[in-house]
Amino acid sequence: MSASNLHVYVMAAPLLTAFFVNLLGRISKVWIAPLTIGSLAFSSFASLIVMGRVIAYGGFSYTVGNWKAPYGIELVVDHLSAVMLVLISLVALTGSISAVKSVFQELPDQEYLFFTLYLILITGLYGLVLTGDAFNLYVLLEITSITTYGLIAMGKGRAPLASFNYIIMGSIGASFYLLGVGYLYLMTGSLNMADIAGMLQTMDGGAAIATSLAFILVGLWVKMAFFPLHGWLPNAYSLAPTGAALVAAPLMTKVTIYLMVRVMFSIYSVDYLFITHPIIQNGIVWVAAVAIICASALALAQRDLKRMLTYIIVAEVGYMVGGIWLVNSTGMTGAVLHIVNDAVMTLCLFLAAAALVYRLGDLNFDNLQGIYRKMPVTMAAFTVGAFAMIGVPPTAGFFSKWYLILGGIEAGQWIYVIALLFSSLINAVLFFRIIEIGYFFKEGEHHGHEKVAEAPLSMQVPLVISAAALIVIGLSTGPLVKTIIKLALPAGF
Amino acid sequence: MDQFTALIVAKYNYWIYVTLMMIGFYAMIGKKNLVKKLIGMNIFQTAIILMFVSAGVKQGARIPILDKHHVMEHGVNVAEIVNPLPHVLMLTAIVVSVSVTGVALAILLRIYREYGTLEEDEILEKLEK
Repeated sequence: MSASNLHVYVMAAPLLTAFFVNLLGRISKVWIAPLTIGSLAFSSFASLIVMGRVIAYGGFSYTVGNWKAPYGIELVVDHLSAVMLVLISLVALTGSISAVKSVFQELPDQEYLFFTLYLILITGLYGLVLTGDAFNLYVLLEITSITTYGLIAMGKGRAPLASFNYIIMGSIGASFYLLGVGYLYLMTGSLNMADIAGMLQTMDGGAAIATSLAFILVGLWVKMAFFPLHGWLPNAYSLAPTGAALVAAPLMTKVTIYLMVRVMFSIYSVDYLFITHPIIQNGIVWVAAVAIICASALALAQRDLKRMLTYIIVAEVGYMVGGIWLVNSTGMTGAVLHIVNDAVMTLCLFLAAAALVYRLGDLNFDNLQGIYRKMPVTMAAFTVGAFAMIGVPPTAGFFSKWYLILGGIEAGQWIYVIALLFSSLINAVLFFRIIEIGYFFKEGEHHGHEKVAEAPLSMQVPLVISAAALIVIGLSTGPLVKTIIKLALPAGF
Repeated sequence: MDQFTALIVAKYNYWIYVTLMMIGFYAMIGKKNLVKKLIGMNIFQTAIILMFVSAGVKQGARIPILDKHHVMEHGVNVAEIVNPLPHVLMLTAIVVSVSVTGVALAILLRIYREYGTLEEDEILEKLEK
């Protein structure tokens, strides 16, 4: 095990552990938690070392099986993928500690199945950020999706139906992506991203290449639940077992947005005609603005905390897609920073939701009356997460939103700036409503509330860590942007 | 009209894949029965597989199995052999599509056990009660 291929071990650890969890977990439940958390802790540690190496020596690539690129398959680590690697590791590790408790309560005797899928999902996410091959990306996209279908279908009640809808939508998305890659392959004869990018510099692909980008973008938009294509997400994430939502909600959409950045700027380039075309660029930023406003409005109509959070995720996807399509340095910095911040914010809110579900069972707003007195730690952390979502300084959410707004002003996209401010206001209304219900309302009489105690320690600790991380990331935004995010921006920014 | 016909005939494999894809797409969006939706999804994926495979075809070319000594002496004439890469890629794509179908069928089984039907409108009716 040397430092040059440590990123392969980051990916291999959860994959191999998945098989052991399945085998040993059948024999005895005690194996499941230490194996899962241990492998993710190893991956986190290793990905931090990889990150250190990238900061010290710059990005590098690794040819699997020593088949040279463009014929072999390449794993590429640059600043952006190192950031994503660390983000995935830490979010998954923090989430899994809480997920163990929640899964043992919600899915008795199915824990080993849950955590097998859970670890394969995380392997797929690692693969997505590491791969330098356009077709491998499709396969890994499907690995993450198939495991998520399974995890969601493990939920109660309508969950299988939500999962089936997700399968149909997800397959359309993946097929469009594959079609786009097919067009690229027909035109260039290569599947290696860097190789294709080199050829696109010199050739005039015309309509076929533009079509391939359009297909890939639509495919990824379905997968990331960009507004008009978001239909599958709210049901899927709110009906999934809480443990699955804990990792899928913060990571799946954010990794897909990373993929959009990767495809747009590593395969095509910043000055590619289709991306710089003003009508297309303005059009997509407008759609993003509409996405933010509509998703926020839909969130306002929900009466269940988990469902409300899922609509906020859809709005946040609009933030990032809009920020990327501003195609200027400030907007891009905001978008990349927001990928990191939003993952941590969503994690914090879903961890709080998981703790509440563990004690209350159901997160209907009426159920939350007087909850601040019963679960002070959980709700304090929830409030920090809520403030970050609204964008109150000094939490992390404020700074990335600030960059996004500055980028919007710089590009002259006023509708996007207005949408961002409007959505912040709506978020304030959304969360203060919950704070009002939880803090000022007397407890409802219909529920056996007197028994409700604070969440168990293993759910409180990750929650408090994620809430603290929001403030730490917020306060250290300046150095973070200067040392990592600026370098993580794609070439041309 | 002649031009249009010529356009279709020259690229007939692409027209076939687009037609198949639209049939699949229609079934996925328009049909009420969940199994029909799933079959639509399969047609959709098969259309893309056919697109890739048809792109690898060369007229009059052989399968890409070469004699080592012959290659070392005379080199490879690429016009004579079929490019195997699209076919290999599609093997993987078939595996992916089979796994998705498998998961979807397992989920359909659960839906059927829970609601006793696979018609979307009947399930929604039961949910509203």
